[in-house]
Amino acid sequence: MVLNYSQPLEISNLTSWLDSTLRGNLSEFWALLIEFVLVAVVLLTAYAVIALILIYAERKITAFFQARYGPNRVGKWGLLQSVADMVKILLKEIVRINRSDRFLFFAAPFFMIIASMLTFGAIAFGKGLHAIDFNIGVLYVTAVSSLGIIGVLLAGWSSNNKYSMIGAMRSGAQFVSYELSAGFALMTIVVLAGTMQFSTMIEGQRYCWNIFNGHISSIIAFVIYLISGHAETNRGPFDLPEAESELTAGYHTEYSGLQFGFYYLAEYLNMFIIASIATTVFLGGYMPIQVHGWDGFNQIMAYIPTYVWFFGKTAVLIFLSLWVRWSFPRLRIDQLLNLEWKYLLPINLVNLLLMVILVLTGFTLTGLFPGLF
Amino acid sequence: MSSVSQYFSGLFTGIKSLMLGMSVTWKELWTKKVTQQYPENRGTLVISDRFRAELTMPHDENNEHACTACGICQMNCPNGTITVNSKMIETEDGKKKKILDTYQWDLGMCTFCNLCVLTCPSDAIKFENTFENAVFTRSKLMQQLNHEGSKLREKKKEPLIPKGE
Ligand code: SF4
Ligand code: SF4
Repeated sequence: MVLNYSQPLEISNLTSWLDSTLRGNLSEFWALLIEFVLVAVVLLTAYAVIALILIYAERKITAFFQARYGPNRVGKWGLLQSVADMVKILLKEIVRINRSDRFLFFAAPFFMIIASMLTFGAIAFGKGLHAIDFNIGVLYVTAVSSLGIIGVLLAGWSSNNKYSMIGAMRSGAQFVSYELSAGFALMTIVVLAGTMQFSTMIEGQRYCWNIFNGHISSIIAFVIYLISGHAETNRGPFDLPEAESELTAGYHTEYSGLQFGFYYLAEYLNMFIIASIATTVFLGGYMPIQVHGWDGFNQIMAYIPTYVWFFGKTAVLIFLSLWVRWSFPRLRIDQLLNLEWKYLLPINLVNLLLMVILVLTGFTLTGLFPGLF
Repeated sequence: MSSVSQYFSGLFTGIKSLMLGMSVTWKELWTKKVTQQYPENRGTLVISDRFRAELTMPHDENNEHACTACGICQMNCPNGTITVNSKMIETEDGKKKKILDTYQWDLGMCTFCNLCVLTCPSDAIKFENTFENAVFTRSKLMQQLNHEGSKLREKKKEPLIPKGE
């Protein structure tokens, strides 16, 4: 076992030790099997825990934006509030709806949660904390994250409820539109980074994050990605699939108990996933801030574990998303589609072209100042 | 304005107004929280004087009230919340007189419309802002407003409650 003394707080020390012990004592097959199960358990737990933390953070920050205190009765500063809520949701009855399509109604939440779990697995939480790392990682993430919309549409269809149906259709229109923009924004950065694999992309951002590297073009892509990611997660101001005043709760009106919990969890986790993909692609993922030539500074920065960097950057983006959510009123469906098809998409296409030109002519920051970045 | 410049000016004014909106909420984030932490701040809690929480019949130091048992409040109450029970007594000079026996008010049925207070010709009742009215049984919501052994204030010098309050 070789401990990495320069970065003693890294979890990858633990995982590589575990790996070497397992491989030393067991055959290849069993070692891998145990590792797979462990990874799955850890990811599932992280999924639930992150959702709980997010729900708490969202409620608190929302409250602060509205000059309230937010939850502050359960536990110190209300810290146990979301745990209590989770227990409540677990204990609730799962109501069977008359004349609903039983099978699809039951299956829909799983589509949602599995899609979000699959995407969750592709996130690089830190150095060596990366479960799925394809050479087409960006493509994989876009592909599996769009599975979730099937869950939404099925939920709306199988509930036998007009409100759910309208909510699901709105969600479908919204998702299909904004998926396009999100995809193009990611493509822009793929052009810049020259790779679709998240780990290589992060390594390439060691000294210069993509958002700075591609300057104008990157920043436009970043903003567009945040907007469309926000829209994809059905959160305000794009929350018209679940506009309470018009559609009660939209596509998950008829769900109760754990099934509703799945939707709720997936909604929060999708917010986290969008933020973490944006972190990975634009903000250098788990890379600490490093500057060419400042070796002492780099040493200190690298001492902070990579997962702290990752979660810190992601938290900033999540805060941004909450800030947007509590600043703007809900859009109408025509405004929503206008925004996408008349503004974001054309801008995005021009931006993609601009990025290609930038990269080809070497006008990126790394191209302009090769020694500095 | 041509449609092209309209498109771009629309885009940029849009971005500007979104930025403005976000700066407003950013400032709002740091403002003082306005939530009342109720049971803890009972001592410092300020409730508006005009808040209608409980109907009362003010009595003066001689245990005298101003209600003549005319029943106007009872007639004007839209919910049948008030029951004025009167009784006949004989005064010293042999005249018969109707005085208030019990004045019943049912908090559970009151909509706090204030009609009773407005229509009372003697200004004998008023609303107080004592809002902690929760009780465990409904029967406790029935209240008798006149005190035990109280009687009508004889000569009306000046109303106990100034007009217009
Ligand atoms: S406030 Fe209205 S409802 Fe209540 S007792 Fe007076 S008249 Fe009746
Ligand atoms: S409270 Fe006023 S209106 Fe009601 S019975 Fe007494 S004097 Fe009449």
